[in-house]
Amino acid sequence: MARFTTLSAAVAELIRDGDVVALEGFTHLIPFAAGHEIIRQGRRDLTLVRMTPDIIYDQLIGMGCARKMIFSWAGNPGAGSLHRFRDAVEHAVPHLLEIEEHSHAGMAARYQAGASGLPFGILRGYAGTDLATITPTIGWITCPFTGENLAAVPALRPDVGVICAQQADRDGNVMLWGITGVQKEAVLSSKHSIVLVEEIVDSFSPRTNGVVLPAWVVDAIAVVPSGPYPSYAQDYSERASSFYTYWEPISRDRGAFLEWMDQHVLATTNHAGFLESLDRELVVETHG
Amino acid sequence: MAEPGATSAVDTWTSDEMMTVAAARELTNGTVCFVGIGLPSTAANLARTTSAPDVVLIYESGCIGSKPDHLPPSIGDGVLARTADAVVAVPEIFAYWLQSGRVDVGFLGAAQVDRRGNINTTVVGDYHSPTVRLPGAGGAPEIATSCGRVIITLRHNPRALVEKLDFVTSVGHGDDPDARRRLGLPGAGPQTIITDLGVLRYDRVVNEFVLTSVHPGVEVANVVQATGWRLLVAETVAQTVAPTGDELSALRRFAGS
Repeated sequence: MARFTTLSAAVAELIRDGDVVALEGFTHLIPFAAGHEIIRQGRRDLTLVRMTPDIIYDQLIGMGCARKMIFSWAGNPGAGSLHRFRDAVEHAVPHLLEIEEHSHAGMAARYQAGASGLPFGILRGYAGTDLATITPTIGWITCPFTGENLAAVPALRPDVGVICAQQADRDGNVMLWGITGVQKEAVLSSKHSIVLVEEIVDSFSPRTNGVVLPAWVVDAIAVVPSGPYPSYAQDYSERASSFYTYWEPISRDRGAFLEWMDQHVLATTNHAGFLESLDRELVVETHG
Repeated sequence: MAEPGATSAVDTWTSDEMMTVAAARELTNGTVCFVGIGLPSTAANLARTTSAPDVVLIYESGCIGSKPDHLPPSIGDGVLARTADAVVAVPEIFAYWLQSGRVDVGFLGAAQVDRRGNINTTVVGDYHSPTVRLPGAGGAPEIATSCGRVIITLRHNPRALVEKLDFVTSVGHGDDPDARRRLGLPGAGPQTIITDLGVLRYDRVVNEFVLTSVHPGVEVANVVQATGWRLLVAETVAQTVAPTGDELSALRRFAGS
């Protein structure tokens, strides 16, 4: 049953060294604040799961928190590469990162299988690709009814799923809307879950394409305004696209990266402090 | 009605603009199009705002029927959700909408493409010790599997249009004309490659892409030289119609706003 807590307490309690952790969000509602808190608390040897690892995974990798990444598209959307990720894969800096890569459809099927309590998911995909050769978690199964050969992928069962949502009500039910990605599946497939919300409301209003997660499938809820920054929460903030281009040269240079992380993440105690530490121009775009 | 200055704009345009305009012209009205990140999104939206207002744009973020009024830098910007007919979860977009065969055209970019339209977006060099680690597959493998047909857009140079891919991320026509059927890939696969130099179309008889059109100011020899394999050239090579004033002003208004 969901408990209201602080983000730092939730991370301290639920995320352990060596855990499999999925911080999901598809451009929208990315739990940046939770990634920063994991870095502050110095977690190590994590297996990071995400369909679209972006800047926050770049930061976790560059800060040495990750042993392995399971993913389907690793880039800085609209701006370039994830240089800390590339440095780890191309040059083993800060250390070698094991990777397990899929396609989006494959990852989605893996989450769905996890959420459904099934051992594997199926899809019509991967046939003829080199992914099927290099990724051991891609197999094949013959349909017992039609004989069609289909790809099979094992269920994802992360230790902890972390997402952002717009709202929680006072009973701990959670509501998100806009692009909801694979967040519902990330929570339902994980053994434990942490949800960051913009605010607590007395009751939910009906929303087009809204998703509600009942309180009893969530472990911890933390109120973190602008928790997705520089990603966004629809109807609360806009995506700070300029941050993604601003990040490109910082990510490119390991020295600049470490200095930035020191100044903005390690030297701050929480997400409000992180936002406060940024140049005003970066933040204003989202909140101004 | 054309905007002031639109007519004179016809005189000058960049090769990237020509590529985007040529790609946009491939989308006919009413087509359901699964839109990849980057250039495909620009071209698909140019089509929607010019020649094909009823094209249905589907994004892998789960947005169906998005009608953005400015070019989103990512495939998950708020404007895509706010202007969509429906927004669905990511597992649903791939399972119910793409895999089910509801999409006519897949619009993909590529880091490398070969003569059979196979695509690499994973690594340059050896997979286990890559020279360049690229973002990876994203939605592309299943877009290439299940869409009715695929259009590929990329800038033309010998490092992009290569003799042999370093990694096959998404399957075009495999190694032979029967490969797609044998692999169980339901769509017809890549039919058109549009670059900043010209247009290549898939010829099933020779099982490779053939140069059928060059953009204004480009010689056939330029295209052959910029291709990493021995490019086949159609008997008659057309010249692509230059971007019209309407196309250019729509593109610039859309991309610039």
